[in-house]
Amino acid sequence: MTATGIGAPVRRKEDQRFVTGQGRYVDDFNRPGQAHAYFLRSPHAHATIRSIDTSAAAAMPGVVAIFTGEDLARDKVGGLICGWMIHSKDGSPMKAGPHPALAQGKVRYVGDHVAVVVAETVSQAKDAAEAIVVDYDVLPAVVDGVAAQKAGAPQVHEVAEDNTVFRWHLGDKDATDAAFARAKHVTTIDLVNNRLVPNPIEPRAAIGDYDPGNENLTLYTTSQNPHVARLVLSAFIGIAPEHKLRVIAPDVGGGFGSKIFIYAEETVCVWAARKVGRPVKWTSDRTEAFLSDAHGRDHATHAEMALDENGRILGLRVQTVANLGAYLSTFSSSVPTYLYAPLLSGSYDIPAIYAEVDGVYTNTAPVDAYRGAGRPEATFVIERLAEVAARQIGMDPAKFRRKNYVRSFPHQTPVIMTYDAGDYVTTLDKALEAADYKNFGRRKRESARSGKLRGIGFSSYIEACGIAPSQAVGSLGAGVGLWESAEVRVNPTGSIEVLTGSHSHGQGHETTFAQLVSDRLGVSIDSVSIVHGDTDKVQFGMGTYGSRSGAVGMSAIAKAIDKVIAKGKKVAAHVLEASEGDIEFKDGKFTVAGTDRSAAFGDIALQAYIAHKFSGQDLEPGLKEGAFYDPTNFTFPAGVHICELEIDPDTGIVSIERWTAVDDFGVIINPMIVEGQVHGGIAQGVGQALHEGAFYDASGQLVTASFMDYRMPRAADLPSFVVETTVTPCPSNPLGIKGCGEAGAIAAPAAVINAITDALGHEDIAMPATPQNVWRAAQKTPMRMAAE
Amino acid sequence: MYAFEYHRPTSLRQAASLLSKNEDAKILAGGHTLLPTMKQRLASPSALIDLSKVEDLRGIERSARAVTIGAMTRHGEVAESADVREAIPGLAEMAELIGDPAVRHRGTLGGSVANNDPAADYPAACLALGATIVTNKRKYTADEFFTGLFSTALDEGEIVTKVSFPIPQKAAYAKFRNPASRYALVGVFVAKRASEIRVAVTGAGEGGVFRWAEAEAALAKRFAAKSLEGLTHPAEGLNSDLHADAAYRAHLIGVMTRRAVQAATSR
Repeated sequence: MTATGIGAPVRRKEDQRFVTGQGRYVDDFNRPGQAHAYFLRSPHAHATIRSIDTSAAAAMPGVVAIFTGEDLARDKVGGLICGWMIHSKDGSPMKAGPHPALAQGKVRYVGDHVAVVVAETVSQAKDAAEAIVVDYDVLPAVVDGVAAQKAGAPQVHEVAEDNTVFRWHLGDKDATDAAFARAKHVTTIDLVNNRLVPNPIEPRAAIGDYDPGNENLTLYTTSQNPHVARLVLSAFIGIAPEHKLRVIAPDVGGGFGSKIFIYAEETVCVWAARKVGRPVKWTSDRTEAFLSDAHGRDHATHAEMALDENGRILGLRVQTVANLGAYLSTFSSSVPTYLYAPLLSGSYDIPAIYAEVDGVYTNTAPVDAYRGAGRPEATFVIERLAEVAARQIGMDPAKFRRKNYVRSFPHQTPVIMTYDAGDYVTTLDKALEAADYKNFGRRKRESARSGKLRGIGFSSYIEACGIAPSQAVGSLGAGVGLWESAEVRVNPTGSIEVLTGSHSHGQGHETTFAQLVSDRLGVSIDSVSIVHGDTDKVQFGMGTYGSRSGAVGMSAIAKAIDKVIAKGKKVAAHVLEASEGDIEFKDGKFTVAGTDRSAAFGDIALQAYIAHKFSGQDLEPGLKEGAFYDPTNFTFPAGVHICELEIDPDTGIVSIERWTAVDDFGVIINPMIVEGQVHGGIAQGVGQALHEGAFYDASGQLVTASFMDYRMPRAADLPSFVVETTVTPCPSNPLGIKGCGEAGAIAAPAAVINAITDALGHEDIAMPATPQNVWRAAQKTPMRMAAE
Repeated sequence: MYAFEYHRPTSLRQAASLLSKNEDAKILAGGHTLLPTMKQRLASPSALIDLSKVEDLRGIERSARAVTIGAMTRHGEVAESADVREAIPGLAEMAELIGDPAVRHRGTLGGSVANNDPAADYPAACLALGATIVTNKRKYTADEFFTGLFSTALDEGEIVTKVSFPIPQKAAYAKFRNPASRYALVGVFVAKRASEIRVAVTGAGEGGVFRWAEAEAALAKRFAAKSLEGLTHPAEGLNSDLHADAAYRAHLIGVMTRRAVQAATSR
């Protein structure tokens, strides 16, 4: 390991820029002659639009133009798409209603886009928006997924009867029913996975810019995947041909999934820029972010686990209703299906699994991928079931997990996945030791003496990252491939630019990707630049989400580096007057094997460009190589998180006292950045478990539409985490990386709720376990204690 | 935010004159409620009269019997004041629990009491300590001053200039924060003076800050947390929202009252 190579805790190169306020985010960009957009949004959850009168507004000071859905329709601008086709169990395709960027005749949630005002200033645009007269015929609304399927519920889209988009299933029903029929014990739980608002610190923003001279359009946008945005805007929405549309996603301040999607606002900004012949800028305010960023989670689940007389799991049966909101967001259909049910096996050897998932429309903001995307929901189901089952049969929850772990690899689950590598027992042992599990009983008694209820909870999660290979995801309904691209450009002076299709919005790619180059080419990370986020620079890429950038994005870079070394050897053979087969590359030097003749990497780069030592007919000048990398499998990070907490039964306040995380992320590039990812993930997972929740009232108004009511996790809520790792290298990619960005958020909710229920002595607590909910739950007689 | 005129007078007289001349003008004392409301276009005053340069309205004076605090004194100044910490430590501790550091460095005593947010902390301190609220026109007892949700006895054109807090024998504040906003979900200020014992509750009541007579009577027998055993506040008349329904608030009133008495009696 070199000082800046793989495995080194290198300080983040990008932090100097960020902490000194030199980052350049979309809102920092301003184009000459720019006008500002403001979106008039629906105040109603469900209404038909009888008419929109913009005449008075159009005459107001500073107004450049006002557009409605009719204008988009007239220009044949396509609707927003959902890029993953799900088929119901009867074989029929999912029932997707229209999703116009501006409403056409109907609004379906509070915050839905009714019209856009383009004006000289934001303030003037807002003033004019207030003067637009919309005649609504307000309709009854439905906000709850389960209620939406009931007879007589308001119909959100005509095409989806009972508001049901799909009735999907996975697994072997008969085998699972047979497993339950011979079970000695069945554990049953009902869970709600609460709806969350992503809340990245930077709200979404967009600038559309049109160059009439060459008819080029540029979109500056807060995107995790600018090429995918361009593809969708071009091929499906019809904004401009792909070669006439440039999408730039500069510094982006967090995404957590919410910036994967192609939304109405950026679509309208880039379209409107050509209509008005001026750049059009929009920056979301926080209220708009609450109302219209795609939300996360929102599942209602009934789950059962069948056990034999020894406590071994025989089968799993799961029924979930997934609230998808008012429209299908870009990848919404994949999240509660293929990103969820295939993870229900957890880290356990379960012979039979059957899952049914209904995707449902409601009059709420669209729901899509949010940190973990399907996997936190699956982990919550299996890890709550494991804990409850262990308690019911009187087995220590750690022992129960150990007994049921997958122990040999590769392991084929009954729900698609082939786990490639792992060592769950070692991870559990390390976590039990680090958490001082054996002395928990003493700590619980000490807490009891001061009137506090102490509990401990496990989450032995597994996740699947770097969704792949493309051929396989295509067969499951994905509209795109999930490979990644890279180009390594070596300059004549030996400095290097790496163009990557991954996109960094907090992950630290400028550091970790440079570490890979430093490690492989023996150069300083300071001579490496990582270029991303611009479709004019990077040829194509799939972006960053699903903890894929290390496993997939860096593997593409590694592949391109291999090609650079191979080309360098050819150049070196000429320079060192040896045969190509005798050239070795090591520690930044090309050497003739068995001799002391060598040339530094930078010298060979120069020779490649000046091309004096070889014939341009025999060997192409230059040193630049590209690669597309498609993995052979998902990766399977796994780990054990143990949460220990205290409840004040007088107030219901939960205090997390200890947190132990032992994760197997495979090979780690930068342990400091990985630890940061784990910290952030746990914080978000604790946020879901204890604090966060998006609540709509019965009329469809978002009650938690600001930080006055939506409670984010705070630093003071969290203890100092104990974070450790185990390593089984991933066999499915050349670097052995598994991915770490979502693990904490996937693991944490089950660990917290398992600890709370342990402290309470009963299982009846919903997320978020707010002080009020915990206090109320603490009033109930603990069933287990009563039975003891 | 809509357009408005901005005035920054340097004397109370100028401020009062501007206020009387501008219909729909608002006093800007700290702005932590007013400015967000204006940004959301939920308030549109014709003018803001910023009192930050009226030096007479700032400062803390301590006499043998009272601590008097200028209306434009920031929460942070009250929290850090050695005089307040010594004379009425409960009041300094209360100020330290308001919002976050940014709020405490902008928000003011006068702004808080004049706004009378039903979840604000200062109204509980004023009511429990038997404070006198002084304006440019007259003086009010705290009992007269706080008249309901966001409403006070202030007349049009009247400006709070200072608040005088009699020094109690014992006092303390216990606050249960709203998990999201950090306002008081339930805040209880207890004060023991030679003449009386008061228990003032903020954050919980439908009509804003109120006194809990039963607790005051129980504590009058003996000023100790034990005196409150078995005493519960009824849920009737209390707020219900996402974070706490009336029953939970009622329970918390009991818990916070006990904790405030414990804090007051343990120093």
